[in-house]
Amino acid sequence: MAGCGLVKAYGGVRFMVNVVAEMAGSVWQVVSAEGQAVTEGDELLILESMKMEIPVLATCSGVVRSLPVAEGEAVAEGHVLAIIEP
Amino acid sequence: MRKLLVANRGVAAARILKAARSIEIDTVAIHSEADSDLPYVSMATEAYCVGGPSPRESYLAQDRIIEVAMQAGCDSVHPGYGFLSENAEFAAKVRAAGLLFVGPPTDLIETLGNKAKARDAMVGFGVPVVASSPILPNDPEAAFDMAAAIGYPLIVKPIAGGGGIGMLSVADRTELRPALDRARTLAERSFGDGRLFVERLLKRPRHIEFQVIADQHGAVAHLYERDCSIQRRNQKVLEETPAPNLLRALLDGMASRVANALGQMGYQSLGTVEMLYENGEFSFLEVNTRLQVEHAVTEEVTGIDLVMAQLRIAAGSSLEEALGRPVPPRPEGHSVQARIYSEDPVRFLPSAGHLDLFDFSACDGLRVEAGYKTGNTVTTHYDPMLAKVIAHGRDRREAISKLVSGLRAVRVEGVRTNIPFILETLENPVFLAGDVYTRFVDEMPRAAVPPAAKSA
Repeated sequence: MAGCGLVKAYGGVRFMVNVVAEMAGSVWQVVSAEGQAVTEGDELLILESMKMEIPVLATCSGVVRSLPVAEGEAVAEGHVLAIIEP
Repeated sequence: MRKLLVANRGVAAARILKAARSIEIDTVAIHSEADSDLPYVSMATEAYCVGGPSPRESYLAQDRIIEVAMQAGCDSVHPGYGFLSENAEFAAKVRAAGLLFVGPPTDLIETLGNKAKARDAMVGFGVPVVASSPILPNDPEAAFDMAAAIGYPLIVKPIAGGGGIGMLSVADRTELRPALDRARTLAERSFGDGRLFVERLLKRPRHIEFQVIADQHGAVAHLYERDCSIQRRNQKVLEETPAPNLLRALLDGMASRVANALGQMGYQSLGTVEMLYENGEFSFLEVNTRLQVEHAVTEEVTGIDLVMAQLRIAAGSSLEEALGRPVPPRPEGHSVQARIYSEDPVRFLPSAGHLDLFDFSACDGLRVEAGYKTGNTVTTHYDPMLAKVIAHGRDRREAISKLVSGLRAVRVEGVRTNIPFILETLENPVFLAGDVYTRFVDEMPRAAVPPAAKSA
């Protein structure tokens, strides 16, 4: 579920972890918020696909830096749902 | 009844259209923009596109569906299962439009669809229930007291809805508050009703349900039980009848009791009373006021076409006419149904895609009901059921063995399916011994299958 990204910030380099959709569906509910500290396994958002609600969990502990999706938005497999700074 | 609109899609629509055709009723299929090429659409006398791919715009668009039924000159509507099948508002609108709704009276759809009201009604007829609370107040302290009176572990349930949505198990007091918040949110979003209650959690229950059939003239009968304990995410995967390792007298006793309860309420059409069973005791779960996905196993052992019987009863036939005999036959042999889902077989995550190959032709001696064919696309808009495969044998072992050979011969490419998981279950020694329970799938040891290729 996790992909690693490198983000340049503050003149240095920071690691970011992308949390991606494991299957196509739509965003049912965004549970977490940008700036929120999360522990690995915490629920970030809930996807809806084929009449099932599938929770998307934090793949690492850290701070949620970005939640680039809106409730109701359709997402494809591999779509970035959240970015966590460990 | 001359012309029937089937307000459903896929496997359900195909099954109903087939039954209607066999009693020479003209049929109207409806489909969304995403489903125009599915096999069921061409099985109907006429077919109409009712809207966009989202169920809200198509299979749940009540007024649009009724408008199509009127314009096409239909005199009746069959809701199938899922979608609008247990929606009292839809049944009322269909009836108000002067059309015949294939299902029970509207007030019973309403009452029995509310878990708290259904439970109270069933208790009144001597149907056993598990210890449960009244509707929980919003005040968390009062909810804690009610939960303590039931005792932990318990399960939080929304009074509305179904499909296991918003049902959460709670091990102890510390887990209650978050579970209530979560369940309330889920229930509000899914059913527009966030009211909850708590129930004692059984440790190792089986899911056993009873098929009831009643006509419009007061006659009611049961058609035995089905064991649907093999579930994932609270949704059934394997269903069978008879229920293994239980005494016929015990099962038939409870079947008669629940059939009698529905009869006393004035029930009509097909209905299923779902119960949990543990240590010699049944407890009421819910009533499904519609045809069920697993009706096929009952058909296999009784030889009765349940959908045809349901249509005949809706048209006014007596129970005897609908069954083609004065009393239901004794069940013969054993039947097992597998639901083929479009999902990865390890974590059960949905798998959408184009069906490059969808071939069940080598399932010798099995009944196959498919919702798709090669070249169709499986989208994320609808439930993941691709097909049902049903085996009937002289005994349980033979039925299972037929199902195993048949499923090995299925070829699906383009999406992942749960067939490897079903085969693993069918060959599991605990399952083979009939020692099934609802958390079997969560607890069964799994082979380490890498979810690699996107094919079955």
